[in-house]
Amino acid sequence: MAGTALRRRLTWRLGRVVDQRAETATCSRISLRVDGWGGHLPGQHVDVRLTAPDGYQAQRSYSIASAPEAATVDLVVQRVDDGEVSPYLTDVLRRDDLLELRGPIGGHFVWHADLGGPLQLIAGGSGVAPFLAMLDHRAAAAPDVPARLLVSVRRPEDLIGRDRLDRYRDTGVAVDVTVTRTAPPGWDGRTGRVTAEVLGEVAWPPSERPHVFVCGPTGFVEAVADALVATGHDPRRVKTERFG
Amino acid sequence: MTSPLDGNAAAGRLFDVFSFDATVTRVTCAGCAATEVLAELPVYADAPGMVLRCGACGQALLRLAQTPGRTWVDLRGSALLEIPT
Repeated sequence: MAGTALRRRLTWRLGRVVDQRAETATCSRISLRVDGWGGHLPGQHVDVRLTAPDGYQAQRSYSIASAPEAATVDLVVQRVDDGEVSPYLTDVLRRDDLLELRGPIGGHFVWHADLGGPLQLIAGGSGVAPFLAMLDHRAAAAPDVPARLLVSVRRPEDLIGRDRLDRYRDTGVAVDVTVTRTAPPGWDGRTGRVTAEVLGEVAWPPSERPHVFVCGPTGFVEAVADALVATGHDPRRVKTERFG
Repeated sequence: MTSPLDGNAAAGRLFDVFSFDATVTRVTCAGCAATEVLAELPVYADAPGMVLRCGACGQALLRLAQTPGRTWVDLRGSALLEIPT
């Protein structure tokens, strides 16, 4: 077809699963080795495509959870019970299996060392995935950038990237976790939803002009973005990403 | 109706059509004149195609459907696309 050969395309590639770890009861971190991967920016996405034996295809977008400095492209996949794609990725996919993906794509919800700080990251549930990429990148490329991370989960056992969060704390990142359901005995973190009052206590104030990123379910992101703007943050410095 | 995704869910398909990263485009709604970056628009992907809506008034800004060998794009709900070049 005329023109087709000249058109730039996002090429579908094959990634080989080199590691797969359960993050929570319903969430896995999948590490892929992708030949010819040209690098990415923290916060960018890939499309993942599954093809059924009858040729039916389903495609989903996932945040990349690994830093550009990492040897693998990692995805954090939250299992959606009636989903077409995620149950396969969390329950069926095994080490050494091949997965079709293309990317990276998405230039809006990204942070890299050149942008500097301070950095304010606010996640609901598995919305922490792109922030793992950003904070791994910070540790590797810009450890002096001031950064704060606030993660909201229903229960402590829903927290993703626990080992990494501890490491981030060791490198000077202020990490706060709040649980929105009844906290178990011994929980010494915060409880309750992310409100303007909570943001006032743990987030950079607007006067610091932070780069603010909010990622999570739609209701969470809208509530947090509204609270940020209500507390004086410049809407143009608040970037949001929503899923489901 | 399920909750919407955001513009990143449409990023790959839009790249197939426009050959650039369309998620950083700012889209002005032809209905209410609100302007938002495409990456943050609510996207309904459970339809036969994909529908990107205005976050302020809900108007369909961009509809995209794929058939074998063809992609269909309806932009009548958008007044303006501001594309970083």
